[in-house]
Amino acid sequence: MDFTDTPEEAAFRSELRAWFAANLPADWADRPPRVGREDVEEARAWSRRLYDGGYVGITWPKEYGGGGLGHTFQGIFLEEQARANAPGHIGVIGLGMAGPTIIAHGTPAQKERYLQPLLQGTEVWCQGFSEPGSGSDLGGARTRAVLDGDDWVVNGQKVWSSFAHIADFCILVVRTDPDAPKHRGLSYLIVDMHAPGVEVRPLVQITGDPEFNEVFFTDVRVPRDSILGQPGDGWTVAMTTLLHERGTMGFSLTAHLEQGVNQLVKLAKETGADRDPLVRDQLAQFWIDLQALRYTNYRSLAGVAETGVPGPEGSISKLFWSERNQALTKLAQQLCGPAALLADQGAVWDGFWTYQQLRSRGNTIEAGTSEILRNILAERVLGLPRSR
Amino acid sequence: MDYALTDEQAMLRDAAREWLRRSYPDDRLAEIADGVGTDPRAWAEITRMGWADAAAAGSVETAVLLEQAGYGLLPAPLFVTVGLAAALGADASVPTTLAWAEDGARYLGDPVRTTVDGDGRVSGTKVLVPDLAAVTHAVVTTTAGPRLVAVADASVTACASIDGTRRLGELVLDGTPSQPLPAVEPGLARAKMLTAAAAEAVGVAQRVVDLAVEHAKNREQFGRIIGTYQGVSHKIADAHVAVELARSLVTWASWALDAGDPASVLAAHAAKSDAGSAAVRACEVAIQVHGGIGMTWDSILHRYYKRAQWLQAFEGGAPRQRAVVADALLGPVAP
Repeated sequence: MDFTDTPEEAAFRSELRAWFAANLPADWADRPPRVGREDVEEARAWSRRLYDGGYVGITWPKEYGGGGLGHTFQGIFLEEQARANAPGHIGVIGLGMAGPTIIAHGTPAQKERYLQPLLQGTEVWCQGFSEPGSGSDLGGARTRAVLDGDDWVVNGQKVWSSFAHIADFCILVVRTDPDAPKHRGLSYLIVDMHAPGVEVRPLVQITGDPEFNEVFFTDVRVPRDSILGQPGDGWTVAMTTLLHERGTMGFSLTAHLEQGVNQLVKLAKETGADRDPLVRDQLAQFWIDLQALRYTNYRSLAGVAETGVPGPEGSISKLFWSERNQALTKLAQQLCGPAALLADQGAVWDGFWTYQQLRSRGNTIEAGTSEILRNILAERVLGLPRSR
Repeated sequence: MDYALTDEQAMLRDAAREWLRRSYPDDRLAEIADGVGTDPRAWAEITRMGWADAAAAGSVETAVLLEQAGYGLLPAPLFVTVGLAAALGADASVPTTLAWAEDGARYLGDPVRTTVDGDGRVSGTKVLVPDLAAVTHAVVTTTAGPRLVAVADASVTACASIDGTRRLGELVLDGTPSQPLPAVEPGLARAKMLTAAAAEAVGVAQRVVDLAVEHAKNREQFGRIIGTYQGVSHKIADAHVAVELARSLVTWASWALDAGDPASVLAAHAAKSDAGSAAVRACEVAIQVHGGIGMTWDSILHRYYKRAQWLQAFEGGAPRQRAVVADALLGPVAP
């Protein structure tokens, strides 16, 4: 066991630091944290710059434009990104979910077509899993796809789809065999979001920001070969997506929590709350939580290194992070006092904490609710009998 | 970076787990805890298996061993010897406890009144000393630093203690001869002790989580296995999460100590803070999941619960550990 960088890791880290210093616009590191939805054009340009620097798809195979490096290097990247207070890549769904699923289940032609533009940030992906009638219960998806000649014809509705309003493609779970048992009647399509019959309607969140969307599919024609795996494999393919979502997310969540702890410490000092023993006690716990999350990720990498696939224990990071991030933003709101009820101008940090606190309520719902994650831990890690 | 235990460390862990499982089934543990409180033959076995040497090799090895000792509730003075006394320079192959507390001095570093004269004779009264009946020697903190004494040269009074295999007692020293110990940095010594306690706490917590899982898999009520009820399974899942997070902190702290990493002191406070709380909470969850049986003396759970409470109390619970972290993070508050 050794948590120090190998010479290769140390070289990667120092090159990366130099790269951030040279490429991150000087006024970005100290600018106030952004409130709400990101600036799409800025995010696209920054994504391209990251790609040109060789820092996107660090663990992906080189033949598809990736870096061909181990997960440790991705961990180092995210640590340094947090330290530099640099924004991330626009392709959150593509990098974390669509891409790994295409690498695992895609044909050579699909890998050739989709992976490089995804890494470059020129094509953005969204996810079409949840529906009004099936959120956590993905196996209950009712959006239909029926073969008609060389096309699937898709009809139905998806919800809670982040980035759909700017997405070029969607990873879509559809029912292709209504007669099969529910988990076996699903298929996994790649859908062009610009195709006729695709309609995206923003959903305004409790923050006031339209961060996610409803997506309606009306007689959308999808080429027959735009499928990942075989018809009927949708559930299995989707499980790959979700394992990657929860498994490799740990380092991103750690980076997010690190920025949150740093910002909270800054707020506590600004407000004088850093002298309050009760606040100090909570801040110390958040710092401990951050370290616990960091080293839990490191430990889980030992497993990823062996199997290549994140295990169900990755659910720990997401479950823990989401609940601690809610607690952190709630404490920040308390430090802001009555001014926490102001929005935008006049509010503390232009309403940053107000936004963060409201947004954080989604953390325990998105990407697997805390209830589902506890089920996964209970059943798949601890071996308790199924609850349903 | 390399996140896994070495093959040797993994073998040490597995061998320790297996030996403890074979040597101390729950009924044997209960017999010892309600009887003499320690297995007098254990130390010879521990020596034969080379655990003292393994612990002397580093904090990672010590943590690996102590986690297993916690898991099996080893009724022998391994923790006090390799976790406490050795941190202050004592020989890890001799069963030795640490006598630090006095009236008015509960924690390491609190001013003590025990003295050493020019001939190395120690005088004073130590309280809350663990495992006095199981060791031959004690490291005693004095106004002139730690000294090593033979327990037979002092006067021992056993105190009624809730933890049957880590009993507390008084050690009265009245001109007791003592030996010097090699100089150690007190902050680092404390960090080693905190990490050792955290490691044992992780083992305690893991065992009771396993017991809770086992019970929830088998017990039926209302025609269903109780583990299918989320009111039960989610509690156990939360305890599991807390154990894993604490284990990560122990791993970090023990590695940092061996690597001479400057973060090791804070890492040790962090590990002690979370692991102590996780162990106590895991025991409470396990008792709850077991229902009425969990409240009985016949259940093994209370043995673990009492050990968890000792570990949490050692050097102070989570708030005391967090206060140290807060000082580092925010700067101390002027009195």
